[in-house]
Amino acid sequence: MIPASFDYFRPSTIEEAVDVLAGAGEEAKVLAGGHSLLPLLRLRLAYPTALIDVGRVAGLRGVSDRGDHVHIGATTTHDEVVRSPIVREHCPLVALATATVADPAVRHRGTFGGSLAHADPAGDLPAVALALDMVLEVRSSAGERTIPAAGFFLDYLESALAPGEILTGVRVPKLGPGWGFHYEKFHRTAQAWATVGVAAAVRQTNGTVEEVRVGLTNMGPTPVRAAAVEEAARGVEAGQNGALRRAAEQAAEGTDPPADLHAQPDYRMHLARVLTHRALVSASAHRSPLT
Amino acid sequence: MTEQLDAGAVAQQIREHDALDAPGGGSEVGRARRRKEDARLVTGRTQWTDNIQLPGMLHVAFLRSPMAHARITRVDTSAARTRRGVVGVFSGQDFAGEQGSLPCAWPVTADTVIPEHPPMAVTTVRYVGEAVACVVAVDRYAAADALEAIEIDYEPLEPVLDMTEALAEGGPKVHEAGNESFTWKFAGGDIEAAFHEAPVVIDRTYVQQRLIPSAMEPRAVVAQTDGDHFTLHSSTQIPHVLRVMLALTTGIPEHKLRVIAPDVGGGFGSKLQVTAEEVLCLLITRRLGKPVKWTESRSEGNMTVHHGRDQLQNIRVAADADGRIRGVQVKLLADMGAYLMLVTPGVPLLGAFMYNGVYKMDAYDFTCTGVFTNKMPTDAYRGAGRPEATYAIERLMDELAVEIGVDPMEIRRRNWIQHSEFPYTTICGLTYDSGNYEAATDRALALFGYDKLRAEQSDRRERHDPVQLGIGISTYTEMCGLAPSRVLGSLSYGAGGWEHADVRVLPTGKVEVVTGTSPHGQGHETAWSQIVADSLGVPFEDVAVLHGDTATSHKGMDTYGSRSLVVGGIAVVHACDKVKEKARQVAAHLMEASPDDVEFSEGRFRVRGTGTSQTIQEIALATFAAHNLPDGFEPRLDASATFDPENFSFPHGTHLCAVEVDTETGATAIRSYVAVDDVGNVINPLIVEGQVHGGIAQGIAQALFEEAVYDSDGNLLTTTMADYLVPSAADLPNFTTDRTETPATTNPLGVKGVGEAGTIASTPAVVNAIVDALRPHGVHDVRMPCTPERVWRTLRTGGGEPA
Ligand SMILES: Cc1cc2nc3c(=O)[nH]c(=O)nc-3n(C[C@H](O)[C@H](O)[C@H](O)COP(=O)(O)OP(=O)(O)OC[C@H]3O[C@@H](n4cnc5c(N)ncnc54)[C@H](O)[C@@H]3O)c2cc1C
Repeated sequence: MIPASFDYFRPSTIEEAVDVLAGAGEEAKVLAGGHSLLPLLRLRLAYPTALIDVGRVAGLRGVSDRGDHVHIGATTTHDEVVRSPIVREHCPLVALATATVADPAVRHRGTFGGSLAHADPAGDLPAVALALDMVLEVRSSAGERTIPAAGFFLDYLESALAPGEILTGVRVPKLGPGWGFHYEKFHRTAQAWATVGVAAAVRQTNGTVEEVRVGLTNMGPTPVRAAAVEEAARGVEAGQNGALRRAAEQAAEGTDPPADLHAQPDYRMHLARVLTHRALVSASAHRSPLT
Repeated sequence: MTEQLDAGAVAQQIREHDALDAPGGGSEVGRARRRKEDARLVTGRTQWTDNIQLPGMLHVAFLRSPMAHARITRVDTSAARTRRGVVGVFSGQDFAGEQGSLPCAWPVTADTVIPEHPPMAVTTVRYVGEAVACVVAVDRYAAADALEAIEIDYEPLEPVLDMTEALAEGGPKVHEAGNESFTWKFAGGDIEAAFHEAPVVIDRTYVQQRLIPSAMEPRAVVAQTDGDHFTLHSSTQIPHVLRVMLALTTGIPEHKLRVIAPDVGGGFGSKLQVTAEEVLCLLITRRLGKPVKWTESRSEGNMTVHHGRDQLQNIRVAADADGRIRGVQVKLLADMGAYLMLVTPGVPLLGAFMYNGVYKMDAYDFTCTGVFTNKMPTDAYRGAGRPEATYAIERLMDELAVEIGVDPMEIRRRNWIQHSEFPYTTICGLTYDSGNYEAATDRALALFGYDKLRAEQSDRRERHDPVQLGIGISTYTEMCGLAPSRVLGSLSYGAGGWEHADVRVLPTGKVEVVTGTSPHGQGHETAWSQIVADSLGVPFEDVAVLHGDTATSHKGMDTYGSRSLVVGGIAVVHACDKVKEKARQVAAHLMEASPDDVEFSEGRFRVRGTGTSQTIQEIALATFAAHNLPDGFEPRLDASATFDPENFSFPHGTHLCAVEVDTETGATAIRSYVAVDDVGNVINPLIVEGQVHGGIAQGIAQALFEEAVYDSDGNLLTTTMADYLVPSAADLPNFTTDRTETPATTNPLGVKGVGEAGTIASTPAVVNAIVDALRPHGVHDVRMPCTPERVWRTLRTGGGEPA
């Protein structure tokens, strides 16, 4: 990698990190796993003047059970998330989606927080964050605040993080009993990004769908919640022929998918419908796929 | 498509291979030796070109044209010169007087248009990525930073991006001389008679998409000089050819130029080239008197490594009502890109003699027009011409089967050359020396479970299963082992196709083999050691193989076209024969017998009918001492041989592929893949397996994944591996491989080349399977790569015209 030159800081506490970031100017960037940022530097598509490496900041890494929610530290790697018994038990959708991220090498470097902060609609975790109503914890030299996932993803590669703010951790609400989950990812090679992805959570009682959450990956400049599907699926009999398919037909409602080498928008819309159906069927079939 | 690995089975396999590595008697040839070069290659403890560090070495970075077609109107390098660490900044103007023109060694016709090809553009750029300036600096970072300070103004010209439009009257021209480089024709038999009132005529057009060779090691060059002599290290497949060509291009006398290909991490044809960067690094080192290094980035490589394929193929077949082929007519447009590089125009010709495949016919007619466009030049890429030919004929055989209403395997049986007919001279005039298509096919069908899969296919069709099953066949042959020098001459190629070997016997009985082949992943050190061990009766471990340095290996034609074993390996055999003949004389002299009474086997010379014997090692020492040699005997056992083959080699085989196509998403999953190849006798089954596996992967990559895409301005869009999808093991099924062994009759080892066979065979097997799955939906073609989106769109339009 031959990037343009930059200053490099490696703070060891969060206080130090926010101070360094505050002092480093507009063009400074936080560096976590580097697996989204470094490719941009390599191609000289980004010219940050300073990188603040949060990889060794104490207290930002690890998963803990906090009663009504699971807390995932921002610098927890994808691999640690996938392997965490707490994640697998209480928010298996996170583990399912994270397991589809790239390949083992990327999962050992890339971080949970970095994936959200990068705000790439093609990333697998932003859609999951939306579907599960995660809450993001943020810190700057001015103090702490929280941002609900629904207000975090503003535009393509643009989040609600203000300059000087560092994402420190994420709260993933536990959903309680009766839920089934699935992440349906469609991609062209095993380590490619999603052409389209669907994160689904379904709660049923005696075969009747009570509640559905659907987040879509790569169907617009931000991840999107498929509200029309969630509405249409409520109350249907999961086993009834065609019921979930009819609900899934709404999946492309209100989306604005990109055109790129891997797919044109109309094909992405088609995929969203097919994959949403598959995700709903799988989520209703497997209550807890990971335990 | 991933499968759980069985740890027990893996451990067992490792034990079996360990056993194979154990020294011991018996024949080396045929043994699945693990490759002796691999430890250093896979650990990186070796000299890749980019690892080379020379005192005072400077680094070069190239500024590349952002325009597909433009005139350079202003170049200002002054700001770049003031940047940190910059030693020199040069544009095309600075080299104009000395850079010459990059060579094309294969003017296929007398009137082939070969445009001037300056290594660095001077007045006009003709493709995105063409070098327009360079910075030489103390490190790579300084060089890359200073590139950004070079100012170049361009006056845009209209780019030529489509071959058909390029040939239309009045459009923009890539070169003054026009957009047609050549038209080359070839015919056998009476094509008009064949098509006249033929009961069946099928006419199809296939698109061979443009591909980007992706060697694991990017290209890299280190050039140095002492003011008189020059040394060029390059990640190249062709150190010997390169030396000659660079001498001719730069004016550095050949004897003052040493070219070294140290360990090289793959090429697939892309390093069978004389590149602009190699020439320019030599010129820079000549100018500055300092060593310089250039290593490309992957994105730079995607743009500027020569590309592969890119042909538009129109193929027509005339057949009788029972499907017997009367004749085949082929009209090709081949995209040359912006210039002709080393063998650019010859690539489609290597396919010209292969569109008849394994089949008999009365007439054949071939025309190829080479077309200039404002894109990266194309050139050899694994298979070079033969994958294209095999694809077209094997796709067409499936269409013919549908037309006649018989199973696609049956149509092949009706047309192929029978085992009993070999040697067989084809309609193209090639003599296939040996082969047994029946045997390879029967073996493949059994391994595949053909009938059972066909039953499952009908069942899924009846059930309207959204996931349809398709079966694809490819009964291929190819011509490789490039090549008989006379044939190359008749095709206007600029050089011969011989290969050279020196075998040196050291005083202690160890053996050094100097080969003119230039391995870059093929395992020649191992295979040549096996050949020598058997021939001279010395232990495998006692053989060292030297290659890739024109100072140690002065003579060679290098590695490409599946030629190394069938040409270079035979040169080794012949050199060993000469060594043995010399040693026999010494042995006879020492044992006081007539040479006619001395037999040689397993490393020992014996006097027939007596107990007297001497080992080859003893003879080696005695020859070294030279105290007691026959009168007039030159005290050395060393010998050289240069082998020029009398014919190509013709590996063949049957590949069968079953795919599941999800008609809802358009996604294709390969369910099973069986390859039964006949590459003649096998020196090392493990190496053959490796070549077959990698080859199949590369052919599948063309069928399903890879395509170089330019936009309507001529910008390459697939510059990274996120856009240009090279499949990994996780995207591929397990391959079931097997072999039949019909020895080649044209060389003493009975071997045929294996380097390209898998790639040549597999692409049509996969696409045939996809089309087979979708025929009930009215589909008769899917354009490559058969991406999910393309399959989905083809299904929606229910046709088969290129989507
Ligand atoms: C080959 C490859 C394939 C990939 N495939 C996938 C895939 O299939 N699916 C997928 O979801 N992802 C994929 N990724 C991306 C991977 O998941 C990244 O690791 C992730 O997107 C970013 O995490 P990171 O820790 O590497 O962030 P970095 O690259 O370090 O940072 C990314 C961005 O987030 C900011 N940032 C990071 N951490 C913080 C923080 N704590 N506070 C504030 N800002 C922060 C940085 O400033 C930067 O702008 C792939 C990456 C590669 C290289």
